[in-house]
Amino acid sequence: MTRLIVSPSPHTYSGESVPRLMYGVIISLLPAFGVSVFYFGIGMLIVTTVSVLTCILFEYLIQKYILQTKPSHLDGSAILTGLLLAFCLPANIPFWMVIIGALAAIGIGKMTFGGLGNNIFNPALVGRVFLFISFPVAMTSWPEPGQWMQYTDAATGATPLALMKEGVAMRPAGEILSEMPSFLNLFLGNMMGSSGEVAAFALLIGMCYMLYRRIITWHIPVSILGSVFIFTGILWLVNPDQFANPLFHLLTGGLMLGAIYMATDYVTSPMTGKGMLIYGAGIGVVTVLIRIFGAYPEGVQFAILIFNGFTPLLNKYIKPKRFGKEVAHG
Amino acid sequence: MKLKTFSMGGVHPPENKLSAGREIRELSPSDVVVIPVSQHLGTPSKVIVERGDQVKVGQLIARAEGFVSTNIHASVSGKVSKVDIFPDSSGYRRLAVQIKVNGDEWVETIDRSGTLVKEISLDAEEIRKRIVEAGIVGLGGATFPTHVKLTTPRGKKAEYLIVNGVECEPYLTSDHALMMERSSALLVGIQIMMKGLGVEKAILGIESNKPDAISRMQEITRGTAISVQGLKVKYPQGGEKQLVKALLNREVPSGGLPIDVGVVVFNVGTVHAAYEAVQKNKPLIERVVTVTGKYLKQPSNFRVRIGTPVSHLIEQAGGLPEDTAKVINGGPMMGKALASLDVPVVKGTSGIVLISNEEARRKAVIQCIRCTRCVQVCPMGLEPYLMMNLAEKEMFERMETERVLDCIECGSCSYTCPSSRPLLDYIRLGKAEVAKLVRSRKAV
Repeated sequence: MTRLIVSPSPHTYSGESVPRLMYGVIISLLPAFGVSVFYFGIGMLIVTTVSVLTCILFEYLIQKYILQTKPSHLDGSAILTGLLLAFCLPANIPFWMVIIGALAAIGIGKMTFGGLGNNIFNPALVGRVFLFISFPVAMTSWPEPGQWMQYTDAATGATPLALMKEGVAMRPAGEILSEMPSFLNLFLGNMMGSSGEVAAFALLIGMCYMLYRRIITWHIPVSILGSVFIFTGILWLVNPDQFANPLFHLLTGGLMLGAIYMATDYVTSPMTGKGMLIYGAGIGVVTVLIRIFGAYPEGVQFAILIFNGFTPLLNKYIKPKRFGKEVAHG
Repeated sequence: MKLKTFSMGGVHPPENKLSAGREIRELSPSDVVVIPVSQHLGTPSKVIVERGDQVKVGQLIARAEGFVSTNIHASVSGKVSKVDIFPDSSGYRRLAVQIKVNGDEWVETIDRSGTLVKEISLDAEEIRKRIVEAGIVGLGGATFPTHVKLTTPRGKKAEYLIVNGVECEPYLTSDHALMMERSSALLVGIQIMMKGLGVEKAILGIESNKPDAISRMQEITRGTAISVQGLKVKYPQGGEKQLVKALLNREVPSGGLPIDVGVVVFNVGTVHAAYEAVQKNKPLIERVVTVTGKYLKQPSNFRVRIGTPVSHLIEQAGGLPEDTAKVINGGPMMGKALASLDVPVVKGTSGIVLISNEEARRKAVIQCIRCTRCVQVCPMGLEPYLMMNLAEKEMFERMETERVLDCIECGSCSYTCPSSRPLLDYIRLGKAEVAKLVRSRKAV
């Protein structure tokens, strides 16, 4: 007689899996990676390779020898953290700093909480902020694009956001803007900045791919970009000399990378559409507050980490719309 | 026609309607049938025959016990060989009547001719009575006694009849086959139900993967108060609450029934059975069952006598394939896995689906990555990931306030989870515990 399996329904599954989702995100990052290699050449290749390999290695070592669980270093999540960490570092950063960043990202950001699914803060951003505080000079000298064969010896300069921040105290914003790359160049990523954050158009292509594959929903990127646009737009309308054009804010700094890839990290973002909208709007507002009124020229990484901290609260109080009115049972 | 659908959640599993377009084939009865006395939601019926009795097809063998219960009839003629405990499709051993088949002698009052009786001569009360006598239950799978739904509670008013021709479960095609082959009888059946309920309007909902059934039913209902509405293919559209939402944009309240928003829903199989009961005086002794599976030789739609062993159906469809991991009574999303093939087809058996090893394989469960897919697909607006966490921590009061009792157990959450987490299993556990809490509160 045939042996039959008896188990509760459902008896069929979608075939979706964590590696499929993670590798989907990785595929969506390829256009931005290509553009960054085009601008920053060998530096981008070295930083990315070191970051990805060390993230995988630390994940493996910590799982195997410290947590003593079955290593899942190839499920795609460590590779993704490595890629995202590399994307938010300058392409001329010494490789040993990248290794420290990877250890902070995987070790502190992810594994101390118990690994994938349990971490409160986005691991790649934990790594970035760790490096930012530890090595402020290396983390703020940005290579000029187009130096393919230069790595740590590349000529450096300031980012558009930093120039704007220093400039508006003395001169009208419009005048500073006129000396910067055109909006088209900003859109194409031809500016100084972290290696993977510059090319807005390539990041947007990646977003479209993720939306098409239904890896992410529109809520978080749209609410972040929308709230930044509205907030900076209001400020700009009030005083265009003191505050930059909202388009400038959208296209510079880490905003696109943050809105599309960092803030949408499954583990650290809210579970409901409404919660995501609040989270995204909050990130947008805090980003602008830091950029314009804070001490740093860019604030998106801090804004995301702050709202990562709010995620459990949002999950507790923001509920999806239930089907049907509630009536007393019985 | 503009297709409608429900707004919240849902998934789209591969349809795999392998037996679509196969004509309904009458299956000759097996040598022995086993007819359980508990084939419906409600009180088991009371057996009124004894071992050794001769019975005819359509003869009453167990009588309804109370209002929420149904009559059960002999589906074959022959001798009652046992009244005993038999395993049924739920896996439990329950009381059933075993009949050794001898000939095919029917109760004389049943009209066995093929002529269509169009004129409905009975009034609402008589219709209800006939349906009680015939032992009709919801044939979509829920097996709730039909006469109960035909009795509108005091203070409520039925406005619409909705006929469920959605068949959103993958693989199943029995309702599709009925709509294609028995459309005229279905039309009369719908009119009977409308008369029984006292409603003026009826809507038949059919998913757009059955365009032939949509046009057939549209054609036949032209000039009547019955409208046919095409629906986008989305699971679980055949769920009552989802179907009412899709067709009328009304939301059945939490813990409520469609009648709370003026609607009564019947499956097309139920409507067909009502036609036969009211117009042909034929009790519910047979039904259409889809027998299907990827490796089955001849996926088929059979007309089967109640009580026929499942093994007989599979043999008639080409035999059990070697690569069979599970045999499902019902569809793959909500059906129940059978422990044995010797159990009988009952009133609620809409299909027998053979699941191969590859399809049945559950991947290793890993940590929740909070991807939000389960929240996105839940058609009731619940948070399955949270329910599972709460159930694991035995926080059942909190599960109640999160409205776990609203869960319709459609399985969309487990189906979609990339971490292969058994979300629905834990939700079921929570529902059972919350139901206990509610009962104990009432008892105080």
